Amino acid sequence: MHFSDEFEKRYAEMVGHYPTKRSILVPSLLYAQDEVGYLSDEVIAELAQRCELTQLEVRNVISYYSMLRMKPAGKYNVQVCTNISCLIRGGEEIYDHCKKKLGIGHKQVTKDGMFSLEEVECIGACSWAPAMQVNYDFHENLTDEGVDKILAEYKAKG
Amino acid sequence: MAYLVSHPDEVKAISWRWGKGAADINRYLELDGYKAVQKAIEMGPDGIINEMKASNLRGRGGAGFPTGMKWSFVPKESAKPKYILCNGDESEPGTCKDRLIFEHDPHSVIEGVMIAGLAVGAKSGYIYLRGEYRYLSIIMQKAIADAYAKGFLGKNIFGSGKDFDVYWHGGAGAYEVGEESALMESLEGKRGIPRIRPPFPAVVGLWGGPTVINNAETLASVPHIFMMGAQKYAEIGTPKNGGTRLFCLSGNIEKPGVYELPMGYNLKKMIYEVGGGIWKGRNLKAVVPGGSSVPALLPNEVDIAADFDSMMKAGTMLGSGGVIVLDDHQCIVKFALRTIKFYQHESCGWCIPCREGTDWLNKTLVRFHAGAGVKKDIDNMQYLAENMLGRTFCPLGDAAAMPIIAFVKKFREEFEAHLEGKPCPFAEHGAVSELPVLSH
Repeated sequence: MHFSDEFEKRYAEMVGHYPTKRSILVPSLLYAQDEVGYLSDEVIAELAQRCELTQLEVRNVISYYSMLRMKPAGKYNVQVCTNISCLIRGGEEIYDHCKKKLGIGHKQVTKDGMFSLEEVECIGACSWAPAMQVNYDFHENLTDEGVDKILAEYKAKG
Repeated sequence: MAYLVSHPDEVKAISWRWGKGAADINRYLELDGYKAVQKAIEMGPDGIINEMKASNLRGRGGAGFPTGMKWSFVPKESAKPKYILCNGDESEPGTCKDRLIFEHDPHSVIEGVMIAGLAVGAKSGYIYLRGEYRYLSIIMQKAIADAYAKGFLGKNIFGSGKDFDVYWHGGAGAYEVGEESALMESLEGKRGIPRIRPPFPAVVGLWGGPTVINNAETLASVPHIFMMGAQKYAEIGTPKNGGTRLFCLSGNIEKPGVYELPMGYNLKKMIYEVGGGIWKGRNLKAVVPGGSSVPALLPNEVDIAADFDSMMKAGTMLGSGGVIVLDDHQCIVKFALRTIKFYQHESCGWCIPCREGTDWLNKTLVRFHAGAGVKKDIDNMQYLAENMLGRTFCPLGDAAAMPIIAFVKKFREEFEAHLEGKPCPFAEHGAVSELPVLSH
């Protein structure tokens, strides 16, 4: 299992920050997922070995955190917040619009692998609702037209 | 984008550097950066704690525990290393203030962690950021690296003879981890399951060492308190509620945004003047004044001071500072359903009253809102929620139950209007049958 140099550099730096081996697990799972696309059996085996844990212990941690996934998502993972502050400013309508526009539902991926969709809990954009994240980028004060433009831009980027 | 707002009634005690490029360390130094920690070094541990007690600063995460007192609980002597842990796992629905602190004034958090460390004799501090805040973790990592490059962190800080290290850490999506003992579990690389207390973190915390855990806003307030003086800071607020508060106005108001207002600022004025009133010329229906977990207030209950004690007297909580305003076109049953769906999703499952209670309430509300409710459901929901209170290791069970109890008690007529297959009176806002149900 090979990670990028960037991953290894960050890992080597972070591992020295903690008195126990496994403390690095949660952030490194997320960085590994960013590189590989999901937490594959190989990633799990590798990080289990590095943290001196069993693979089961690592899977046990993965299943707790909502951002961690064991199946690939789309290249652009569209995460629409429908929690209360977004809900009362049209968050559900934005989510429905995304479903129609992309032709997929919660945690599904488009056929070309370009987009996936998730209904997510509060992302900390309450004062700028309704909001969504595409991968890690925030998009706020959304309208249907605004969403169309944002998705088109990602699609054009390829 | 997360734009900044302003209102003449604001008192910018901790947000005055926002929008001034203070994430850059040189700019931060021009804006009196890293002077507070030097003052704190001169004061010594007892001096720092006394200053904090005099400031009347209370924990900004929601519980409102006096910060100076919290720090004083850490034993002077400890066989194990002591730690400072900054809680930046901001995820209470309605709350988006720590995000602006990390974006616009990240060094103030570092300084706050350092001052806390000096007060209790810790040699290292961790700044935990929620996984979704990746862009902030990049800002924070750079801020820490810049502070090391200037020699402000590491060995012998500011010639004090004391060493102090600051590290960042990232989560991966979990509301529960915002609870202090679950936060420690997560930082130790585990599932975020709460720990039983006692022992409290001040005695047995991270990796078994005494640990101070404070919200990011609390720690970011610390250097500002040392710069302006505790007395002056305390005077901004109301008795026993020192200073200012970052209020996150959201929902159906004209000017949502994060405003820094004095503690005890009138809630009604906050909604109608600072927030510009209810949008679209509509009327106020309810306010959830402290994040999703606090009981809602009715329009005739909002003429109160927004501080910890006044809110408590009014039967609700100041909580996280997330003020969610609902107009009269919103369906309370639907709002209650979305609230409980969140807690059902986020319950870690460790304590049965919370795991089963949130699931049962969620199932009842899904059915109820879809028009298949019966009258007994209303009493059952209240009974069920009341029996979750105080019966869990961490406050998530209470956080789920409290808003539901308030919705059922205060909006009983609206619940009754949904009964026996009658259409939702607010159905024009999103068809009931299409209500999405989280399937994970």
